[in-house]
Amino acid sequence: MNFQKTLKATLLGASLAVIAATGASAKTLVYCSEGSPEGFDAALYTAGTTFDASSKPVYNRLVEFKRGSTEVLPGLAESWEVSDDGLEYTFNLRKGVKFHTTSFFTPTRDFNADDVLFSFERQLKKDNPWHEYTPGAAWEYFNGMSMPDLIKEIVKVDDYTVKFVLNRPEAPMIANLAMDFASILSAEYAAQLEAAGTKDQLNQEPVGTGPFAFVGYQKDAVIRYEAFADYWGGKQPIDSLVFAITPDAAVRLQKLKAGECHVMPYPAPADVADIREDSNLTLMEQEGLNVGYLAYNTKVAPFDKKEVRKALNHAINKQAILDSVFQGSGQAAKNPIPPTMWSYNDAVEDDDYNPDLAKEMLEAAGVSDLSMKIWAMPVQRPYNPNARRMAEVIQADFAKIGVNVEIVSYEWGEYLSRSKEVDRDGAVLLGWTGDNGDPDNFLAVLLGCDGVGGSNRAQWCNDEFEALIQKAKTVTSKAERTKLYEEAQVVFKEEAPWATIAHSVVFMPMSSKVTGYVMDPLGGHWFDGVDIAE
Amino acid sequence: MLRFLLGRLGLLIPTFFGVTLVAFSFIRLLPGDPLDLLAGERGISPERKAQLLAQMGFDKPLWQQYIDYVVGIFHGDLGTSFASKKPVLDEFMTLFPATAELALCAIIIAVCLGIPAGIFAAVKRGSIADQAVMGTALVGYSMPIFWWGLLLIILFSGILQWTPVSGRISLLYFFPQPTGFMLIDSLLSGEKGAFVSAVRHLILPSIVLATIPLAVIARQTRSAMLEVLGEDYVRTARAKGLPPRSVIGLHALRNALIPVITTIGLQVGVLLAGAILTETIFSWPGIGKWLVDSIARRDYFVVQGGLLMIAAIIMLVNLIVDVLYGLINPRIRYN
Repeated sequence: MNFQKTLKATLLGASLAVIAATGASAKTLVYCSEGSPEGFDAALYTAGTTFDASSKPVYNRLVEFKRGSTEVLPGLAESWEVSDDGLEYTFNLRKGVKFHTTSFFTPTRDFNADDVLFSFERQLKKDNPWHEYTPGAAWEYFNGMSMPDLIKEIVKVDDYTVKFVLNRPEAPMIANLAMDFASILSAEYAAQLEAAGTKDQLNQEPVGTGPFAFVGYQKDAVIRYEAFADYWGGKQPIDSLVFAITPDAAVRLQKLKAGECHVMPYPAPADVADIREDSNLTLMEQEGLNVGYLAYNTKVAPFDKKEVRKALNHAINKQAILDSVFQGSGQAAKNPIPPTMWSYNDAVEDDDYNPDLAKEMLEAAGVSDLSMKIWAMPVQRPYNPNARRMAEVIQADFAKIGVNVEIVSYEWGEYLSRSKEVDRDGAVLLGWTGDNGDPDNFLAVLLGCDGVGGSNRAQWCNDEFEALIQKAKTVTSKAERTKLYEEAQVVFKEEAPWATIAHSVVFMPMSSKVTGYVMDPLGGHWFDGVDIAE
Repeated sequence: MLRFLLGRLGLLIPTFFGVTLVAFSFIRLLPGDPLDLLAGERGISPERKAQLLAQMGFDKPLWQQYIDYVVGIFHGDLGTSFASKKPVLDEFMTLFPATAELALCAIIIAVCLGIPAGIFAAVKRGSIADQAVMGTALVGYSMPIFWWGLLLIILFSGILQWTPVSGRISLLYFFPQPTGFMLIDSLLSGEKGAFVSAVRHLILPSIVLATIPLAVIARQTRSAMLEVLGEDYVRTARAKGLPPRSVIGLHALRNALIPVITTIGLQVGVLLAGAILTETIFSWPGIGKWLVDSIARRDYFVVQGGLLMIAAIIMLVNLIVDVLYGLINPRIRYN
């Protein structure tokens, strides 16, 4: 015991000496992140972990999501105008915005229109010298959001005015420009790298206008940033930000408890109760911007009849799924968009759990001795933490109304690819997490006619629904769009191409000393405005 | 001896080609393709997919892809990771020192504790001490690494707070790492306390990774010693009146060490396999976790390049073991 005390005292003494030697007065916030960034040029990637470490601390965009919301606010553009035909977006850029001065770059000018052009044209134009600056550069998000089809040209009107000309009206355009791939990089820094023949550095040592300047990255271990003193939004309350990469959830929690980090994402569901009881920790929670669903194949009999789909929806006991699969970290879904999203139609009534009614409806539809497959995903997702168990619960529910279910599964890549097939046999468990907070990003991507044979796993193409969501793309008034999406949700519920299952709840444990942290409904992790109480 | 060495080196050539072929085909035999996985729920259009496949050279026939891969190896090019868009060799060289440092510490612990424990158990054969040592070794061997690691973290880092939870060095230190070996770099940095911090971070992961090799080495040493201790020449040495320490240390141990050295050589593979879990638990930035993540996302070039490099290391270590073997036992050289 004495030995233990002596050793502990020695080690503690050593730690304190180290802290004193390195200057403990500076406020450093340590975030135990769940994984390593793939790189620091966010436009090259699609993973949230990469965005957390690159676009969010280091860069800004023309427009930004308001902290803790999906509302879009001015960012590097102070204001913007949309032409009456919805084809021209003119942005008035903010003046006096500085790029980071780092050990590897000293800017000689402020942010201007050249930086906007550089940031987008490298993704848009195949002949741009930066289009393939690193092997495998595919600009996945830019392409995934159909930007090459959408953007006709980007024009520099003057140093502080930029115009985006579109090929067709696209109301979600502004929300798209708040996404990570639309981060604004320094054209001057890129020119310096190009002259030095070290273009790759753009993806390894980022320079932006954001609240934190990049200091260094030790692969798979630590990323360091310091607060940018000349940030246009004001200097941050903390002096340094450190990402300690810690892939295991149990270890992250131990580090948080030991005071080795201040904030951690993605706690293990089993630890949530324990965290809630710990007086040194704060547990924030928020509904995730996602939906988990069971998509019937509406092209294959008998699921082409809406009465059959509706009957099956009445047979699913969602509460049992929430209890056994989500263990309290989910809420039942009735619409295809989550309740935190604008235009969510709360007036829609869910198909209640009623096996007797379900049975009657099936009989009325002339269906008996039905056998079907349910596809269970092989991976965990926030919108479905355990697809196998979810499939088993539904299997038991369907058995009660005389429907025999066979559960099938494939390797994840196979699952994603086979589930797209139009003549697929069976209903698929899958889900979606929003990219930009726009309802179009759910309704058009997952249920639009263009998605049949692709991201529309129900293979559902309904004229009435399609007309509503297409119209909503072209009008710019939010009130009008809201009305259209609300109507679309009513059509969806009547037609029942999916059984909507659940939206997850996301937890964020942190030291109770941390103040000012706001959870992002889009699932990102932001540290601007965050402070540590003394 | 030269002929012996050349013979061993000659054997490496077919092994090398075998490894390239296995590494190349293994990842391609797994169902699912990297682009579907990368696109996730969002999906990717067939045209875009074809375009990207061509960009990465996957539109060529398999035999041609294999030849490109082997030719690339001879030019020091293992390809580029889909995920990070960085050359595989660069990533390997960045991460490997962390794994090597951990594996070296683990093998030193395993050898320094395993051989004496085995000798002790052999000498005290049948006693309670023998059974205790072998029982502990069996428990160590059977322990799931993941659980064992978490247990040590909860006890030593959580409750006792003797060691840090994870990582390679305290976040307070930030200095260049010319060698990638934290123990050396922390000394070179000249920063006060950095070396102590690096050692403290190394303790738990090394113990966890050393556990299985330690158990294997202890058991192997014990059985080899028991066999040798029953030999005539040991009886003769004892009959001559040599002190027990000389009989065990000089006469018995030298011969008993031959199978033990083989075992130690084989533990390199075990260590690298164990490193995968150990690195994940302790957030240790090495090649184990890098490879597992790459298998999950079908990052073909990383998997085939990483496997090749690991196989090359195992081959090299086994070559060294073979040579050591020849040095210890002249009969093997001449065979």
